[in-house]
Amino acid sequence: MKILVPVKRVVDYNVKIRVKPDGSGVDTANVKMSMNPFDEIAVEEAIRLKEAGVASEVVAVSCGVAQCQETLRAAMAMGADRGILVQTDVELQPLAVAKLLKAVVEKEQPGLVIAGKQAIDDDANQTGQMLAALLGWPQATFASKVVVTDGKLTVTREVDGGLETLELPLPAVITTDLRLNEPRFATLPNIMKAKKKPIDTLTPEALGVDVTPRLATLKVEEPPKRKAGVMVGSVDELIEKLRNEAKVI
Amino acid sequence: MKILVIAEHDNQKLAPATAHALGAAKALGAAADVLVAGHGCRAVAEQAAKLEGVARVLLADSPALADLTAEALAAQALQIAKEYTHILVPATAFGKNVAPRIAALLDVAQISDIVKVIDADTFVRPIYAGNALATVRSGDPVKVITVRGTAFDAVGEGGNAPIETIEAIAESGPTKVVGREVTKSARPELTNARVIVSGGRGLGSAEKFHELLEPLADKLGAAIGASRAAVDAGYAPNDYQVGQTGKIVAPELYVAIGISGAIQHLAGMKDSKVIVAINKDPEAPIFQVADYGLVADLFQAVPELTQKL
Repeated sequence: MKILVPVKRVVDYNVKIRVKPDGSGVDTANVKMSMNPFDEIAVEEAIRLKEAGVASEVVAVSCGVAQCQETLRAAMAMGADRGILVQTDVELQPLAVAKLLKAVVEKEQPGLVIAGKQAIDDDANQTGQMLAALLGWPQATFASKVVVTDGKLTVTREVDGGLETLELPLPAVITTDLRLNEPRFATLPNIMKAKKKPIDTLTPEALGVDVTPRLATLKVEEPPKRKAGVMVGSVDELIEKLRNEAKVI
Repeated sequence: MKILVIAEHDNQKLAPATAHALGAAKALGAAADVLVAGHGCRAVAEQAAKLEGVARVLLADSPALADLTAEALAAQALQIAKEYTHILVPATAFGKNVAPRIAALLDVAQISDIVKVIDADTFVRPIYAGNALATVRSGDPVKVITVRGTAFDAVGEGGNAPIETIEAIAESGPTKVVGREVTKSARPELTNARVIVSGGRGLGSAEKFHELLEPLADKLGAAIGASRAAVDAGYAPNDYQVGQTGKIVAPELYVAIGISGAIQHLAGMKDSKVIVAINKDPEAPIFQVADYGLVADLFQAVPELTQKL
């Protein structure tokens, strides 16, 4: 079985982002970019399924600018076998990415797609579900445990009240939550090997997908800052402040 | 404008997040129809009918909807979706699971996690873990929106909307729910609690997490939350997690104990009215958002606080 893993290039999770003074967006020039952390978890899960003999090939896909190649190389350094770049300079929104991925799925015919549940830049949490819907496939979102047996998936999901376990047939879309696994670090030999792995480059036009953004961003601004608080010296002082100043207890 | 709110429930009880989604409908300025899709869920429809700002409750009851899977719920919503200009769903695990399927099948964008309504087409939503707020405008004929509950007041009771039964789907799709592990707690629900006591890695072990936080939470009538680090370390179950990818909370009082304050955690709680931080590290970033900070050994300060309250 082939597994397809979409990976997104995002501002590194350790970077404190800056809103551009003109309100047009977030400054991403000269900022460290990395693979979206949830996508690393997805890559890791796919590689583990390959190592367990369940999957035969892991294909990483990234949609966006030419530099997304670096993200594909990172996925291949972890252990993905090859990469597909759908290259465009157009700002891609989740629905457009889902349509691109659908076109890639139709070409590649994977038995399973494992995606991150959310990208840490737009925090949309949409693409995996949209892809599943467009393909007419079942979905298991926010996965914390994945078991594949005889063409069937058993997925434990993190939901608001606790955990939920689903059974679904393949092909399907899974989206990853934080506790599914701990992604491995790429070793130097594997980083070198990844440079020789193939990347196919496609375009939205070649895939016949209209990626025109549906949402217009009118402005981006910083949230209101919290006023600086005070340090208290003792538990007694804390209780006094909470009772008489904040009046919350 | 015609608004549909998709009710979150477990076939027995309407989830409070639904009343917050109705709060967003109120901000849009119109009464909403509420879709209650499930099985044996008439009681839920009756609860929804009592809420303010509900025009009609549409009840779709079918064994195919019993498991409340995203596939079945989206298929049900699509039966009526095109009659509406706005479809509002709570931005909870439930809503996030189902809403994008509806949007994709309508071929429209989804607007995730809105915190403000500007007008019928324009909304404000947080991006980058809430470190920026984007104002976005949708040109789509149907707006599929998930609503951040902490940003919209829940509507009250006092309504008396009619309940209409609509034709329910017959096929559930291939996904089956085979297990549910519900965290049992007598405490208030995290996203609805007036007070939250939240613990981080500083607590050091699952035993200490419970031993220190539970008596304090009992005294304050609080829900218990946790940082990602505490959940990853196994001190607390996953549904306690507060943060960018966990639960978003905004209680009257948030007490952060042994939590350093990574931006991903701050994203989930910085709209709390009053924040208290207790941490032994005076440099911990949590103190930058705290109204009251106490640099102390939490193993002494927390029992002392519990005892003196």
